[in-house]
Amino acid sequence: MAHRIEVALRDDLVDPREVDVLSSIRDLGITGIERVTVADVYWLAGSLSDAELRTAGSGLLSDPVAQVCGYDGEHVRETKPYSCAMETAYNRGVNDPLEYTILKGIQDVGIDGVARARSGTRYVLYGSCGPREIEMLTQRVLLNPLIQHVVEPGEDVFPIEPTYEFELRHVPLLQMDELERGRLAASFGFSMSEMDAVAQHFQSVGREPTDVELETLAQTWSEHCVHKTFKARIDCDGEHIDNLLRSTIMQATRQLNKDWCLSVFEDNAGVIDFDDDNAVCFKAETHNHPSAVEPYGGAATGLGGVVRDVLGTGLGARPILNTDVFCFAPPDMSYEDLPPGVLHPRRVFKGVRAGVADYGNRLGIPTVNGTLRFDPRYVGNPLVFCGTAGVMPRWAARIGRQQPGDLVVLMGGRTGRDGIHGVTFASEKLDDSSVDSSRSAVQIGNPIVEKKMIDALMQARDRHLYRRITDCGGGGLSSAVGEMGEKTGVRVYLDRVPLKYAGLSYDEIWISESQERMIVAVPPKNVDELMKICASEGVEATVIGEFTESRRLELLYNDVLVGDLDMGFLHGGRPQLELTASAPQQQWSGEDPAPAASLGNALLQILSSLNVCSKEWVIRQYDHEVQGSSVLKPLVGRDADGPGDAAVIRPLLDSTRGLAVSNGINTRYGDVDAYWMAASAIDEAIRQLVAVGAGLERVALLDNFCWGQGAEPESLWALVQSCKACHDMSLAYGTPFISGKDSLNNFSVFRGRTIAIPHTLLISAIAVVPDTEKVISMDVKSAGNALYVVGNTFSELAGSEYCALLDDAGKKVPEVRPEMACATMKALSAAINEGLVVACHDMSEGGLAVAVAEMAFSGGLGTSVNLAAVPLGESIDRDDIVLFSESNSRFVVEVPLSSVQQFEQRMEGIACGQIGTVIEDAVVHIQGLDGTLVISVPVTELKAAWKRPLDW
Amino acid sequence: MKKPRALIIRAPGTNCDVEAAYAFELAGAEPSLVHINRTISGQVSLRDYSIFMIPGGFSYGDDLGAGKVMANELERRLHDQLMEFVNRGGVVLGVCNGFQVLVRAGLLPVPFGGQRVSLLPNESGRFECRWVRLSVEPGNPCIFTRGIDSLDLAVAHGEGRLYVPAWTAAEIVPVLRYASSDGSEPVYPDDPNGSFEHIAGLCDASGRILGLMPHPERFVRSSHHPRWTAVGDFSQASDGLIFFKNAVDFALRA
Repeated sequence: MAHRIEVALRDDLVDPREVDVLSSIRDLGITGIERVTVADVYWLAGSLSDAELRTAGSGLLSDPVAQVCGYDGEHVRETKPYSCAMETAYNRGVNDPLEYTILKGIQDVGIDGVARARSGTRYVLYGSCGPREIEMLTQRVLLNPLIQHVVEPGEDVFPIEPTYEFELRHVPLLQMDELERGRLAASFGFSMSEMDAVAQHFQSVGREPTDVELETLAQTWSEHCVHKTFKARIDCDGEHIDNLLRSTIMQATRQLNKDWCLSVFEDNAGVIDFDDDNAVCFKAETHNHPSAVEPYGGAATGLGGVVRDVLGTGLGARPILNTDVFCFAPPDMSYEDLPPGVLHPRRVFKGVRAGVADYGNRLGIPTVNGTLRFDPRYVGNPLVFCGTAGVMPRWAARIGRQQPGDLVVLMGGRTGRDGIHGVTFASEKLDDSSVDSSRSAVQIGNPIVEKKMIDALMQARDRHLYRRITDCGGGGLSSAVGEMGEKTGVRVYLDRVPLKYAGLSYDEIWISESQERMIVAVPPKNVDELMKICASEGVEATVIGEFTESRRLELLYNDVLVGDLDMGFLHGGRPQLELTASAPQQQWSGEDPAPAASLGNALLQILSSLNVCSKEWVIRQYDHEVQGSSVLKPLVGRDADGPGDAAVIRPLLDSTRGLAVSNGINTRYGDVDAYWMAASAIDEAIRQLVAVGAGLERVALLDNFCWGQGAEPESLWALVQSCKACHDMSLAYGTPFISGKDSLNNFSVFRGRTIAIPHTLLISAIAVVPDTEKVISMDVKSAGNALYVVGNTFSELAGSEYCALLDDAGKKVPEVRPEMACATMKALSAAINEGLVVACHDMSEGGLAVAVAEMAFSGGLGTSVNLAAVPLGESIDRDDIVLFSESNSRFVVEVPLSSVQQFEQRMEGIACGQIGTVIEDAVVHIQGLDGTLVISVPVTELKAAWKRPLDW
Repeated sequence: MKKPRALIIRAPGTNCDVEAAYAFELAGAEPSLVHINRTISGQVSLRDYSIFMIPGGFSYGDDLGAGKVMANELERRLHDQLMEFVNRGGVVLGVCNGFQVLVRAGLLPVPFGGQRVSLLPNESGRFECRWVRLSVEPGNPCIFTRGIDSLDLAVAHGEGRLYVPAWTAAEIVPVLRYASSDGSEPVYPDDPNGSFEHIAGLCDASGRILGLMPHPERFVRSSHHPRWTAVGDFSQASDGLIFFKNAVDFALRA
């Protein structure tokens, strides 16, 4: 029998949740609702006495001081009359994240008879609203139909445990005609040539494949797992490229051959040396498609996944920082402009933000920085980049090697039907029906399960209990175990995998993407000790198989061989993709806009643009201080609200050695020229590092390509150009790429209209900072100090915020002059390390004007600046171009008068001009090229404009 | 001189334990990080320690209320050990989630007096991470804040709004209050959560049990401070460390 307990705040207390729900309802344009009350609902399966029920309510499920409980049919907090009441609960196939804690907690309070628990929420609406409005606000505010539903009166919220009758299924591939084979290929996500290769293989083996074998091949050969496009043979306007990744980005890393690169492009993350004793690994992942349909859960599991990448690198690293970049459509998009079946960008934004924050905060990993990009083309396909770095002893930096006889141990969460077909889903386009068809692809994470696993694994690593580790990510066990066993062979007993609920078939177990799971290869003699550690941390661990020397992947269920694949074929049998890339037919023909009427107003408007404005609302909801490692925070300056450049942390508490982390991304340039977009993103990431004082000596990069339709010839051409830029810049700056990721199908078709995202390349950069005591922040420090511009300005307005403001295309995008850039950055970082500079800010979106404004309002002081002193790379006679051009490799630098002479000496041979001074009067004054005052705006006004758009 | 031993207890989801242990180490204690299960099972006994700390984090995910499940463990499974510890003069520190645990376990404001106050979701409805100005309540008996009048510390929480029902208001011993920079009544964000009388931390009548939302372990070196790059003023300051030093001094004298 099921009991129901309802819990809410006492009537006299304000529940911020209610305020939030009400404001979200108002956001929908529904004005008739005057008030909302919210209560938590718990259902407990089991027979409880009245006293026990009350103990559960007051002793566990509620706060006896501030909350009240209602038992079984009773309701609390709500008043009559109301216009509508409803209760939401998780759908039956969805794991209730609270169940484990309720069952544990209920035993703590001395109650034994509860077998299952579910949770939900009761909403009561007051005021007037029609059924259509109720339907709308239910679907858009109160629940996500993918995972939740409205409880019907008398409904049993407990899932019925399904049963599973084992039956081995073969697929009659060899008997199929071309048409049937095509259909089969489509259902597994194979291309035709891949399907033919599979058929040929089984022809030679002399039998039909089983379903789980086809699933394994489909997962292992998916774009998500093998990056087919990057490894394809490409005909690029006559140039033959065999494996784009290897011939560009990896080639540069190989050529640079840095001895501090310990493990590159071979493991879950790239690894560099930190201080001879410790190594640091870094990885950025995307979780785009799941975030489009279930923003909270999709984004949360994205972060959970990249953290496991770090945990599964080498012999395991401890996560030390997160850096997140999100791309959305503008949050003020009207509902009329919203394609059918798509969640509103504001909801996606809020859900993604909350999902990543809740997961990251609970894991205790500081989110040190990140950024947001807005473009209407992200409407159906938001991008969620999650980056994580970890630290490990240097001996654990390299990928491990198991031996035949080692046991396959599955640790962490249980396996359910979560995320089945997530990998092929991740590589497919979304359409109107995605919200319906992707149910099982959405996963619900539980960060505490992951935290416990991290705690257990770090102990096991330091006691050398396992020889190799990897995470269960896309493709689940099939990818993790299949990859791990490549060089030896592996046998897995699928019936031994612990399940969340009964009813999973052997192939579902094999490909499930349930979260919070890791695989370790454990010598038999160490298994007991590992199990002891796991038990003490409350982590489930199970031996599910063993590594063999057969070079075969053998899957068993109830002692029946259900899958038997040759590792050689599984990992080497995929036919290489052949693609064509071609340059766009039309040359870029944009023109620069006429000057804005008021440059001061233009500056204010650019500060208020979504891509430039303050992201404080997001940043503050992430813990950036946990672990006690913070040195430079995401928000800096007098009032701790200025936009910092790179973040700096000290990952080892007792060492001043640190890491600086930054991101570079600018999609607008890509509309003009993908090569310079990529080069600019690299320059931006690196110059943010330099701005805080990091040198170029030990900088490692990550690439993360998100393209709209990666295989389309023009789009692929842009991808090729970007990769070439990565190669060229990597060599020029001496900064190797150490890992990367791609997601190349981010487009949606709505009623025949295709919306593809802009070419998006995120460059994440990490630098080892030998002495964090020497880093500086971007806010101006003292009146009287000199201000310099370092780096040449060119007339490069295309793709700029200024052009976006004036709704013009612009003529030339910012290029990178790597030789000059490198010399500039090296000289500047040396000057910072000598202590000659007290503030430095890189120039990016909005150019010089925005950089000066941000430095001034972050420091609470004014500036007096003269544009005539700005070093120019070519002749420019327009103030607006000097102010708003987004040329790369430039900085604004504040130098105390006592250091001016030395600073200028250090900058010899570098483009550098003293453009003015910091002044007490808190106004940004800028004189034009002819000496007249062109901008004069109080910093309070500039700051207010910059803070306004996302001050939610 | 023998170093006082500090037991830093952790549960699944605790995540400020390592830096808390480091702060105690810097302050001259000998810290041990211990999983709560080892204390419940008796493998580790509070008897061997003079300082007991519950660090921040999200114990048990903060499912069913921040700190609730861990508080029940303290109250029902460690009750006797804790009572012996407190009666013998041990010092107890709960930071952030640890404060929530102390309150829900009934260790504050009146030790072993049941839950009397609560920490509710921030008035803003949001988790927030920011540095705040704190003033130390003059004449309070707290042993942790001796020698400090005011200081800056980081907060990072979603549920830090102190709620005090009228019937317990007289029992509250405030130690720290959120303050504005100019001495006026603090409003958001100076008071980040809307607490009762802007209280950020409170102790029991003996002054040996302190719970606070801000994180002293996140300010044990000057470069923790958000404005350390601005001027030289912060080169010596690391005010959070004083909490730990005071605890160690007290334990040494006890």
